[in-house]
Amino acid sequence: MSKRRPYVRSMDGWWRKNPFYVEYMIHECTALFVAAYAFVLLVGLVRLGQGEAAWNGWLDALRSPVSVAFHVVFLAVIAYHTYTWFVIMPITLPPIIIGGKTVGPGVITGGGLLAAVVVSLVMLALVWRIV
Amino acid sequence: MSENHKIIEIEVLRYNPESDDEPHLEVYKVPFSDDMSVLQGAQYIKDNFDGSLTFRWSCRMAICGSCGMMINGIPKLSCETFLRDYYPSRIRIEAMANFPIEKDLVVDLSGFIEKLESIQPYIIAKEPRTLEQGEYLQTPEEFNRYIQFTSCINCTLCYAACPQFGLNPDFIGPAAIALLHRYNMDSRDGAAAQRMELVASEEGVFNCSAVGYCSEVCPKHVDPANAVNINKTNAAKDYFLRFLSPKGGSK
Repeated sequence: MSKRRPYVRSMDGWWRKNPFYVEYMIHECTALFVAAYAFVLLVGLVRLGQGEAAWNGWLDALRSPVSVAFHVVFLAVIAYHTYTWFVIMPITLPPIIIGGKTVGPGVITGGGLLAAVVVSLVMLALVWRIV
Repeated sequence: MSENHKIIEIEVLRYNPESDDEPHLEVYKVPFSDDMSVLQGAQYIKDNFDGSLTFRWSCRMAICGSCGMMINGIPKLSCETFLRDYYPSRIRIEAMANFPIEKDLVVDLSGFIEKLESIQPYIIAKEPRTLEQGEYLQTPEEFNRYIQFTSCINCTLCYAACPQFGLNPDFIGPAAIALLHRYNMDSRDGAAAQRMELVASEEGVFNCSAVGYCSEVCPKHVDPANAVNINKTNAAKDYFLRFLSPKGGSK
């Protein structure tokens, strides 16, 4: 008779067992903030559809001190989300070969971050009518 | 062992299926020298304290892939991990995470072996050639497309690093998918469509949530996370493109 009795360990609290997993859970949770902000913009779109008064009300709500505080938090969290998104990018892309050489993970992450910064600055310039 | 050796405490997760209901920790005080690996520490315990301590090992030079274990909670090959790097702290060694423990540091790898078989890890010729037609030719570029994924030594550290495999033991997992990708990327092979059914299945690539720790712990820099994620794209393409040109394994 077999004396085998393989022991299966519990997965309870697996994400607390390694700092790598903790960071994974944190950066995955930042996606909730991205979704929440998409919802804020969606509300703006609905208010726009309801006419000028509704739209101005929404704009005023955004200018309230509570809203400004929320925006500072969202900016920080979404900036971290963006950073981790581009850190993971090299493992999600097929190899990019330029001039017979595979582009390294650092270049992909750096290129993505640079693109994010440039696009953000262009948006800021457009919205604030700097250009 | 000479007298002037330092002593390190090694805490070992022990499990004897014949007498234990669950694993427990035991501590051993092991004299060591600067060139001693964690594997040699385990061997010292087996030779001097408890001959029943069970663990796998073979080459002692990070190529056989037998001696993987959790070292202070991190999946590592014990032959290339040195006691000196942990001294004077206590070091804890456990069987590789996410696998059932067979005895002490030995895990049940039978599921992994079945997965390896299931991905058809051999070249299924795109164009069968007779002996008279000569060998299959391959350019250096074609070779470079898959060479990285041939470096896997089946140590399964990537499975010990993958929480999704721990949560769903049926997930084909990083190493097997990396090997699958190795054959799909080989210009001589023509079975990518056959393998697609498995890639896109319940056990397939979509179990992966891009934790990425598998590639982090891989001792051979295979980057299995990359193979898994490229195949997510391939599976999605196969699913949607079948409406345009019906082929491949999607159903």
